[in-house]
Amino acid sequence: MANDKEKSKSEGEPTESKVDTSRPREPSFYEAQKGWKSWAFTLDHKRLGVMYLLSTMIFFFIAGMSAILFRTELLTPQGDFLPWLNQQLAGMMGQPISIEEAAAQSGTTYNKLFTVHGAVMVFLVIIPSVPGALGNFLLPLMLGAKDVAFPRLNLASFWIYSLGAIFFLYTLFMGGLDTGWTFYTPYSTNTGTAVISATAGAFILGFSSILTGINFMVTIHKMRAPGMTWYRMPLFVWAIYATAVIQVLATPVLAITLLLLMVERTLGIGIFDPAMGGDPVLFQHFFWFYSHPAVYIMILPGFGIESELIAVHSRKHIFGYKAIALSSVAIAIISFVVWGHHMFVSGQSELAGIVFSFLTFAVAVPTAIKVFSWVATLYKGSIAFNTPMLYGLMFLFTFTIGGLTGVFLGTLSVDVHLHDTYFVVAHFHYVMMGGTIIAFIGGIHHWWPKMFGKMYHEGSAKIGALLVFVGFNTTFFNQFVMGGQGMPRRYYTYVPQFQEQHVLSTIGAYILAVGLLWTATYLLYSLRKSNDAPVADNPWGGASLEWQTQSPPIEHNFHDTPRVTTGPYNFPQIDRTGEVDGH
Amino acid sequence: MILSMFMGPPTEAAQEVAKNTETVATVEPPWETLHSWAPLPEASTFAPGTETLYMFIVWLSTFFFVVVMGAMFWFMYRHRRRGDDDKTSSITHNGKIEFLWSAIPAVLLLVVFVWGELDFIKQSVLPPDAIDIRITGRQWSWTVEYPDYPGVSFTSSTETPEVVMMVPKGRPVRLTMTSTDVIHSFFVPVFRVKRDVVPGRYTNLWFEATQVGEYNMYCTEYCGEQHSKMTGVVKVLEPELFEAALLEAGKLERGDGEEDKVYGARIYKRRGCDACHSTDGLAKTGPTWKGLWGRTETMKDGSTVTIDGAAGENYISESILDPNAKIVSGFGGAQMPSFRGQLSDEQIKALIAYMKTL
Amino acid sequence: MSSHDAKAMRPGAIDPPMPLAHHFDTPGQQAGSAKFGMWVFLATEILMFSGLFLAYFVVRMLYPEMVLSSHELLDKTMGGVNTVVLLTSSFTMAMAVRAAQLGDQKGVVRNIILTILFAFVFMGVKYVEYTGKFAHGIFPGKYFDYVAAGEYAREHGHVLAGKPHIFFGLYFVMTGLHGVHVLAGIGVLTWVLLRARKGEFGPRYYAPVENVGLYWHIVDLVWIFLFPLLYLVR
Ligand code: HEA
Ligand code: HEA
Ligand code: HEC
Ligand code: CUA
Ligand SMILES: [Cu+2]
Repeated sequence: MANDKEKSKSEGEPTESKVDTSRPREPSFYEAQKGWKSWAFTLDHKRLGVMYLLSTMIFFFIAGMSAILFRTELLTPQGDFLPWLNQQLAGMMGQPISIEEAAAQSGTTYNKLFTVHGAVMVFLVIIPSVPGALGNFLLPLMLGAKDVAFPRLNLASFWIYSLGAIFFLYTLFMGGLDTGWTFYTPYSTNTGTAVISATAGAFILGFSSILTGINFMVTIHKMRAPGMTWYRMPLFVWAIYATAVIQVLATPVLAITLLLLMVERTLGIGIFDPAMGGDPVLFQHFFWFYSHPAVYIMILPGFGIESELIAVHSRKHIFGYKAIALSSVAIAIISFVVWGHHMFVSGQSELAGIVFSFLTFAVAVPTAIKVFSWVATLYKGSIAFNTPMLYGLMFLFTFTIGGLTGVFLGTLSVDVHLHDTYFVVAHFHYVMMGGTIIAFIGGIHHWWPKMFGKMYHEGSAKIGALLVFVGFNTTFFNQFVMGGQGMPRRYYTYVPQFQEQHVLSTIGAYILAVGLLWTATYLLYSLRKSNDAPVADNPWGGASLEWQTQSPPIEHNFHDTPRVTTGPYNFPQIDRTGEVDGH
Repeated sequence: MILSMFMGPPTEAAQEVAKNTETVATVEPPWETLHSWAPLPEASTFAPGTETLYMFIVWLSTFFFVVVMGAMFWFMYRHRRRGDDDKTSSITHNGKIEFLWSAIPAVLLLVVFVWGELDFIKQSVLPPDAIDIRITGRQWSWTVEYPDYPGVSFTSSTETPEVVMMVPKGRPVRLTMTSTDVIHSFFVPVFRVKRDVVPGRYTNLWFEATQVGEYNMYCTEYCGEQHSKMTGVVKVLEPELFEAALLEAGKLERGDGEEDKVYGARIYKRRGCDACHSTDGLAKTGPTWKGLWGRTETMKDGSTVTIDGAAGENYISESILDPNAKIVSGFGGAQMPSFRGQLSDEQIKALIAYMKTL
Repeated sequence: MSSHDAKAMRPGAIDPPMPLAHHFDTPGQQAGSAKFGMWVFLATEILMFSGLFLAYFVVRMLYPEMVLSSHELLDKTMGGVNTVVLLTSSFTMAMAVRAAQLGDQKGVVRNIILTILFAFVFMGVKYVEYTGKFAHGIFPGKYFDYVAAGEYAREHGHVLAGKPHIFFGLYFVMTGLHGVHVLAGIGVLTWVLLRARKGEFGPRYYAPVENVGLYWHIVDLVWIFLFPLLYLVR
């Protein structure tokens, strides 16, 4: 264990940049080895991080594009775009069909599209993205370690993830899946689509997730540099730690749930199928026991990024460090006992509903603490409006809306009305897209120079951020209104009353797509060879360890194992002359 | 039930309604008259309560949102970076304020919780004296039956939403619901009620309508291909008119001088055959009815049936009353529910007449 | 490094040094990481099985009579034998770890071989049990043959109540998943055996033996729960 004794009473001297400029630059980890094998069999957490970044972004693109397709369908109340598309596709495959035939298939096409969208977004994008990409890259750097505790396991995790992803893609092309990402029985045991390969994919992905979680937990416990006490860890590390705990505790339950579902479908053992004497609602309990904690697997890393963005770009000590760190842990614990709030109208007992509603509100309080602390961090800071910070501020805006609307859903009588309407759709996009993904994009910009040693074009980035912000809110805000008026979710066709709102939403989605494609473009463009403008090792003036080494880092991260004497938010700009405010 | 005992011969009012309900299938759909951003009507005794709480949370959220965003934007302006050597404050925490911003939301949330819980309990306790309605969900139609009015039943259609449920204003209604296949969910937005309809068990729901009118009803649990078409219209009537109108509309009786095939076409829609059988040649869940008459079907067990003459009529009526007796190859067995006791011989005859025209 | 005690080492004992991976600073850190990681992994295993136990309890709550009557068809003797076999193998596994700590290379090899043998015995008994069940139409879920199984039950003086296909569905899933773990155990035991024969383990480095041992104890522990729940219902 790192020595807790070394923890000094005051937080010590502010960190000056420790990068030793007198030393000649060493080759970065990219240059240390070459060739495809140096990637495919790498044990370097940084390379794995880059590989995760690339693959999750590819899946983000696939899932996003399927959203664009079904949003286009929702431009009109009756189904007409997908039938047209199906007809064109069939024509291209050399089996022309009439528009009526195409129309008869298109309800299922819509259902497959939103299932692919939801399942890929959840299992292949949002759960692995931040831990896999940024967690892998940054965790050892932030702790002052040479690598994660089990580099081989880390590599295995990545390839297991890829295997699971292949199963998913196979599902996509072999008939698709139409159960929704929730796999509710008995529909999922009856439908003719590829449920087995999809659940097998999710099962495998679960293993990857568990292994990553174990690896990170051990790394945080055992690999901290001398002097890196628990309370000197950056909040991103705390967030990843809480995430890892949930991953390790909840994912096995998902694994067993999916296993039971597969067995149910192949052998018909009958525990979920009412026709065979089973209980269909039991599946929902199993599923949400995992999937509610999973929503915090999705958001906690986003919280972690947010803490870094806000502190570094306002150059101020984060407000309420311990409260933020420990509230992550509190959220991790409480999140295991609120799953029933997805089932208020499912026919579970009233008492269960009341208990789950109460606990749901309990989990909102630690989240509130975080939001207030971030805002308080801005107070008397020195706020720079560069792109990472724009995303950080955007996160505060959108996530707060998402969180507050969670309160509507946690309220029993109100959820009876709102359950399974677009209100829920809007809620979870505000927390997942507006929370995690926005924070993730901010994080990518923040650590881009760290990861690649290049800087993107700031002006383009600002335009991108604006498009994302406008597009996102246009897409999803009026979905709250629509849901409140009773527009059910997972509807291929709808009553004409809602058309104006759906059109608005689709326009928003197009703007959002343009914004994201724009973002991907300038980021990739910045990587080109000719962009050799030297990037400072520490462009934002960050004080945590990952900034105290070369950018991109050398193969073993640090020249010498760093000795930590101070916390991660002791910026040199902090005015310590008065020292009264502090305590 | 009680009301039906007092039922006399059709009153003038009832005849008046009867004229209106003729148009049941072609009534102007309620969604054409509503507007996108218009507030949702509150048409049950629960609706005002839910709406008040909803608005309370809206204002509570707005308050917190404005406070948080106000502070954020103010700090963004006030403490924007002016130069690279700006000094920043050394504040790291403040116990008092941290306690306050944990405790105040906690208390407010507790208020919201208790309020929502009380309303929820009100919705869970079924009233003893109410009109009973039985609801059966299946892919993808609703069947609504009135145990107190034997023979009265509605089945929704996936083609054009139409009236599938009639309830009187000002009287509690108690629904007992179940499903024959997968989970569905019964939802009427204007009443603010919703409950899952689960196969293998019965779930309950009650409400009391307070406004006469026609309102949308949806299936809100994803149930497959035509989930979005599993909709219908709930009609709320003045209590005096209710019974007569219900009997008139629900009986699905042959109109005066209505031809067999026209009557059959109506049954096809009103009994939900259209959810699985098309009339245009496309196979849906079940075989198409186009050209059914005269066709030779191969069964799962290899035998063949030629649907013609008296044998054909027998086969069809067997298929309706006991669908699993012979299963057409290429289709799943046990998909089609039996309509024994729900369709009279006369109605089957009408259906056959209709099939012959296709 | 509790048992690194030179006096306890027998003559001829070996003590190879611990290979230290580049990213660790000390052997203690490395061994500690491995052990901590293993414990967390075992926690996930327990949680996975607890999902199945939960399903079992739900079924038992829904159909108490059915579970009671169905379990009579399971062979308590064979289950009991397997319990003893697994417990013994846990003991030999513990002995293997101890031998590694003492640098007794022969002891490590011998005890691991014994453990693997017991594992095979366990799987053999399971094989006999499974085929015996299949012979009487007792298959999981929808393949359950009510006629043959009912017949079989009557021969043994029992009456099958309710929906035994659910009970046996769960029985096969639970014991099957456990069996998969035993097979995986045989795999990792063989791997450790090969390394032990090369003389890789000693008082300073025995983490792999210890971790495989922990895994094996968990597999044993799961069976300790499975046995009474499935075979000895009351
Ligand atoms: C990133 C993921 C994420 C996060 C963080 C959350 C956060 C929360 N969620 Fe959400 N949720 C989802 C993802 C997420 N959710 C998904 C994916 C679904 C749908 C799944 C599906 O059906 O497909 C869902 C569905 C869902 C439901 C079920 C709805 C239904 O189907 O009927 C409920 C009900 O209670 C709920 C509640 C909450 C609450 C109370 C929070 C809280 O944690 C929020 C706390 C935050 C705040 C409250 C804001 C900040 C606080 C303040 C500014 C302080 C002041 C506030 C007050 C005093 C009110 N969520
Ligand atoms: C991470 C989670 C996530 C994210 C980000 C999104 C993003 C989006 N979602 Fe999704 N959504 C879900 C998770 C998510 N969704 C889930 C779980 C469901 C429920 C499914 C179910 O019911 O089973 C759902 C359902 C859902 C519905 C309801 C469907 C229905 O009920 O009928 C709708 C409708 O509008 C929708 C729309 C969108 C849109 C327009 C986006 C847009 O934001 C998408 C924009 C993205 C792109 C256009 C891709 C472009 C990306 C790149 C080019 C790469 C960029 C690279 C860098 C920036 C580096 N989603
Ligand atoms: C939930 C789906 C469903 C509904 C609703 C349904 N059917 Fe069917 N029907 C089927 C299926 C599937 C088959 C083919 C399998 C079989 O023969 O049982 C079928 C077969 C038939 C056949 C035999 C057709 C042939 O080609 O031999 C007739 C006649 C029939 N249905 C009449 C009806 C009538 C009348 C109604 C309504 C009152 C109705 N069905 C409602 C699913 C349905
Ligand atoms: Cu029935 Cu959705
Ligand atoms: Cu939840």
